[in-house]
Amino acid sequence: METPVNKPKQLRIALRNCGMLDPENIAESIVRDAYQALGKVLKEYSPQECINILKQSGLRGRGGAGFPTGLKWEIASKSKSDQKYVVCNADEGDPGAFMDRSILEGDPHSVLEAMAICGYCIGADKGLIYIRAEYPLAIKRLKIAISQAMEWGLLGKNILGSGFNFEIKLCYGAGAFVCGEETALIHSMEGKRGEPTNKPPFPATSGFMKKPTNVNNVETFANIAPIILKGPEWFSSIGTKNSKGTKVFALAGKINHVGLIEVPMGTSLREIIYEIGGGIKENKKFKAVQTGGPSGGCLTEKHLDTPIDYENLIAAGSMMGSGGMIVMDENDCMVSVAKFYLDFIVGESCGKCTPCRVGNKRLYEILERITQGKGVMKDLDKLKNLSYIIKDTALCGLGQTSPNPVFSTLENFYDEYYEHVVEKKCRAGHCKNLFHYVINEELCVGCAACKRCCPVHAITGEKRKPHYIDSNICIRCNECIEKCSFDAISIQLEPKILV
Amino acid sequence: MTHIKSLEQLTSKRDELKSNLSRLDDPNNSEKKVQIKVAMATCGIASGARTTMDFLTAELSKRNIPSVVTQTGCMGYCYAEPTIEVKLPGKEAVIFGYVDTKRADEIIEKYIKTGELTEGVIPRNYDTID
Ligand SMILES: Cc1cc2nc3c(=O)[nH]c(=O)nc-3n(C[C@H](O)[C@H](O)[C@H](O)COP(=O)(O)O)c2cc1C
Ligand code: SF4
Ligand code: SF4
Ligand code: SF4
Repeated sequence: METPVNKPKQLRIALRNCGMLDPENIAESIVRDAYQALGKVLKEYSPQECINILKQSGLRGRGGAGFPTGLKWEIASKSKSDQKYVVCNADEGDPGAFMDRSILEGDPHSVLEAMAICGYCIGADKGLIYIRAEYPLAIKRLKIAISQAMEWGLLGKNILGSGFNFEIKLCYGAGAFVCGEETALIHSMEGKRGEPTNKPPFPATSGFMKKPTNVNNVETFANIAPIILKGPEWFSSIGTKNSKGTKVFALAGKINHVGLIEVPMGTSLREIIYEIGGGIKENKKFKAVQTGGPSGGCLTEKHLDTPIDYENLIAAGSMMGSGGMIVMDENDCMVSVAKFYLDFIVGESCGKCTPCRVGNKRLYEILERITQGKGVMKDLDKLKNLSYIIKDTALCGLGQTSPNPVFSTLENFYDEYYEHVVEKKCRAGHCKNLFHYVINEELCVGCAACKRCCPVHAITGEKRKPHYIDSNICIRCNECIEKCSFDAISIQLEPKILV
Repeated sequence: MTHIKSLEQLTSKRDELKSNLSRLDDPNNSEKKVQIKVAMATCGIASGARTTMDFLTAELSKRNIPSVVTQTGCMGYCYAEPTIEVKLPGKEAVIFGYVDTKRADEIIEKYIKTGELTEGVIPRNYDTID
């Protein structure tokens, strides 16, 4: 490629201070320019001028939907009310995601400062951080950061002599995925059940305690101060046409360099996996990447060179989501991947509306049947039709996007579904009912070592005669293969011909 | 107690703190120190970063090496935890991965004492904003 090899692919804006300073000592943040942007905004800009800077920068929400941040602040600022709120969404419920946790643990002041800037812009003097109780270290560091900022006069009354007051409190979530959805999050903060409600009204007009509320994601906030200090033109020079800046991803799964990365929008999957991620584990073959968590979809080999941004991910049948990126190799079964996410959704559905509560359960059952080798061709149509119904009729984003893993695996890996259903075969060797342990009669000496170790007595045979495994009893524990000294036992992917 | 009342005060506080730091980093200054950061986010701590940090703090003082060991957030190299960053006065910071107490001992004896690189160096793979 054109880029010289030593040019780093990563650019850290949101993560600029993570790993660079002691998050429990505000002086170290001050050295790295914390609260300079807040000071500048309070001194030099009117709220609208600051909002205009954000609008020009092109920053969009990093929590999922990608709504333009400047516009969101403008709507909240124009809502008339005696009291408004700034909320930071730190619920981070996607399995495999830890971007927001890392920012809060590594650089809490970047978020506090941005919330205060937001408060000034929309006319709010109270901020709330909704954080899951499973993040004890992030909570501890946030508490320390808030009290140090209060002590130093960077939060609280009359900040930096400007007359502007702003205080921040923490609210704890119980870790339900749906509570990351902003209306559910607000209900949960009000002490009600964490169930979503229809929008409109949007939180910007009627949110926490029915007051105008601006909700942003942790990473969105972490981008604010650099935009103020370095200018909107700098920020909008990074990224693609409609997606500016960078995105943080949590790289996980079958990749050598599991970790937290931040790349300019428009970076390709190939660069992420092979240059930053160090390639697939054990040099196996790349199969897919799941982005957008349970609401997203998978990208495959044909997407390896697609520049990653909001629009391209949607076009590829996935979404940005909050930034979980799970890499899969040839040993991952895509039907099982869809089943995994549906299982997650079934557990997380709040149950308020039928399409999501019942529909997803049905989707899960069909997928379960297919992975057990009991699927029929009709099931594939059923999967698709039911997915459309759920997508079109569910009440909130959780339900509306829950069939995405099904759509995307059906679209990209139809032949794997077909094999499971028609040939009763799982090419990845993952679905336990679709592969078998068999003993090669020629090699077996009848030593009975396997028979003795089998926990479910699936193996029969007389001494010194070839042994036999009953696949209906076998639980695929792999013990016998390891015990046999004659390499007589092997795994067969082909369906067993029943006699 | 520091209470900052204006942007000017904030900026001069920042500059004061910065110049303290640059004294630590100046090889010709008597206050110079080896600065070590240990990645102590959830992922690092789970991989034993606290043990590494305690070891470094205790051993560097025992071996009479002027140094400051501080905790920091996730450096992004979750696959190579515990990770630490070592900055010798006047030199570029170097990141080491998989730093258990054995490797920490090696880093003190070799890199910190002689400037010779040991195993486990992770090349910095990102740009950041200044
Ligand atoms: C089911 C569901 C879960 C969500 N979970 C999160 C989450 O964990 N964190 C988050 O920031 N946004 C989450 N969102 C998006 C929020 O509703 C909201 O759009 C976001 O917090 C707005 O912030 P942003 O504009 O800065 O992205 C979720 C949405 C849905 C539908
Ligand atoms: S779509 Fe699911 S999570 Fe959303 S309201 Fe309906 S049942 Fe609840
Ligand atoms: S351990 Fe191997 S050789 Fe012995 S009985 Fe079992 S299959 Fe046959
Ligand atoms: S795989 Fe396990 S359960 Fe199956 S036959 Fe071998 S030992 Fe028995």
